[in-house]
Amino acid sequence: MEAAESATSAKRMRLTSKSPQDWIFDFIVYLLIGIITILTLYPFLNVLAISFNDSVDTVRGGITIYPREFTLENYKVIFSYSGLITGFKISVLRTLVGTLAGLVSGSMLAYTLARVDFQGRRFISTFLAITMYVSGGLIPGFILIKDLNLINTFAVYILPGLVSAFNIFVIRSFIDGIPYALQESAKLDGANDFTIYWRVILPLCKPALATVALFLAVGQWNSWFDTYLFNGSNEKLTTLQYELMKVLQSTMTNANNVRGENMSQLMAQVSPDSVKMAITIVATVPILIVYPFLQKYFVKGMTLGAVKS
Amino acid sequence: MKAITVENQTSGGLSKKSQRWKVFKNQRFLYMMSIPFVIWVFIFQYLPLWGWTMAFQNYKPGKGFFSQKWVGFEHFQTLFKDDHFYLVLRNTLAMSFMGLVAGLVFPILFALLLNEVRVQVLKRFVQTVSYLPHFVSWVVAAGIVTKMLSTDGGVVNSVLMGLHLIDQPIQFMSKGHMFWGIVTGADVWKETGWNAIIYLAAISGIGPELYEAARVDGASRLKQIWHITLPGIRPTIIVLLIMSIGHLIGIGFEKQFLLGNHLVSDYSEVLDLYALNYGLSMGRYSFGTAISIFNSVISVILLFVANGMFKKFANESIM
Repeated sequence: MEAAESATSAKRMRLTSKSPQDWIFDFIVYLLIGIITILTLYPFLNVLAISFNDSVDTVRGGITIYPREFTLENYKVIFSYSGLITGFKISVLRTLVGTLAGLVSGSMLAYTLARVDFQGRRFISTFLAITMYVSGGLIPGFILIKDLNLINTFAVYILPGLVSAFNIFVIRSFIDGIPYALQESAKLDGANDFTIYWRVILPLCKPALATVALFLAVGQWNSWFDTYLFNGSNEKLTTLQYELMKVLQSTMTNANNVRGENMSQLMAQVSPDSVKMAITIVATVPILIVYPFLQKYFVKGMTLGAVKS
Repeated sequence: MKAITVENQTSGGLSKKSQRWKVFKNQRFLYMMSIPFVIWVFIFQYLPLWGWTMAFQNYKPGKGFFSQKWVGFEHFQTLFKDDHFYLVLRNTLAMSFMGLVAGLVFPILFALLLNEVRVQVLKRFVQTVSYLPHFVSWVVAAGIVTKMLSTDGGVVNSVLMGLHLIDQPIQFMSKGHMFWGIVTGADVWKETGWNAIIYLAAISGIGPELYEAARVDGASRLKQIWHITLPGIRPTIIVLLIMSIGHLIGIGFEKQFLLGNHLVSDYSEVLDLYALNYGLSMGRYSFGTAISIFNSVISVILLFVANGMFKKFANESIM
């Protein structure tokens, strides 16, 4: 429809020449769009340029969107810091495990809620919807994790966020759109409800799963507060975002709270600024590689979720 | 939700006990696939609500529930007498309100603007770029914002100096009265493109024949936006406005935690941070829980207000 619309407007433009008013209008539109694009992109390009620029040269200032004296030294330095390596590994691991676990549990629950004949459907839907609005808050949540002995474990990254009501409603509204006849014919062939879910429903709701997988993966990769709260003193369970947070905060407030001498020595080797920018890039790039390819899915998923809720 | 109820009643009309048991047995797989998660939700989402009792005790970790000392509303009284609490409440409300207005206006403007871009490749490119900041963490975003506003080599100061608007670089991050603006600005930078998705979807649902008719009548493109596009997305705007009122006070604390520092703490501290700093870090669990409860109660009230507004609007739009 969009294509048709633009085709007709193109035809119109060829038939009737643009009025001066239209020229001014277009000029302002493209000018503003240009400014917005620059405002969005410039900070990233600036950080990227500084991360590849010689640290001594960076201190002179004036780096814009390309490195003046190209070097890989900053990256060599940060990758010699053990906390970053551990952080990277744990972040990748929690992203993989968390996304997979969230997808399986979310789609399974969503399927049962999409079954109109399911007795427990109304109760479970309400039970779940309430959690979107009411939460115990910071401290009761912390005490619960403590009482469950989940502090200083990897499981604390996966378990608390396993079932998300929003994601489940996104998948469910997608399943609602799949013809029910498919399930009925599978049932006539003797398939049980789990087989129907696994063999019929799951393969058909790949677009919804892609959307939810992106939300889950981004959430997992980007979270730092659970590390701060629960595993902050455990060097083996540190995450990349948490390490970045420590490095960024350390010189921002001039109070050196970076654990051990390791990092401050590195910062002395090259400038703190260069270290920060290089870690920022390492923490950002994996997501930037993934999201443009999933764009058509999440745009649909977002629109669907918003319409339903 | 209403639709589900109706469907369920029609399908579960037989209320005989034996009938129910039969259905239960038939649906055992569905129960097996959902009950574990119901238990999970109960543990991780509902049990913390039980923790609210802590606010009425002098909670000491390690002691059983019945051996805690009960103190009634003492912690709430302490809270409401604390001058600092009112400062924190002011910060929370101010930043929520600014976030609400900016989070409504900018995505709409951006969607309207993007809709006027007729070159499809460019439109797609700009849209993809606009999502980018949404996908980076607040840790990264806060780092970037701090870098851009810094006094040594920050682009904002460089540009302002270059334009001779200022003589000295401004220390943005240490000026308390600028903090609300910085947080709101950072939010706009990060989420405008993402939040515009829904408006763009709503705009693409407006029939092209309306625009054709307007063109025949000689309406300028600005007039078309005003008389066709904006009224076309009016329901979407109202629904999203109401939804964001419901979530007004739950602004979280990530931005404030990451962008704030001790120089601006009078402006940066919000309710959740207050609970974190005074409750968790100092071990005053009961006091911290009282703060969380206050936060939740306000949220629920706002939610009901929003819901009431929604119903009123829904009625109006039907009439």
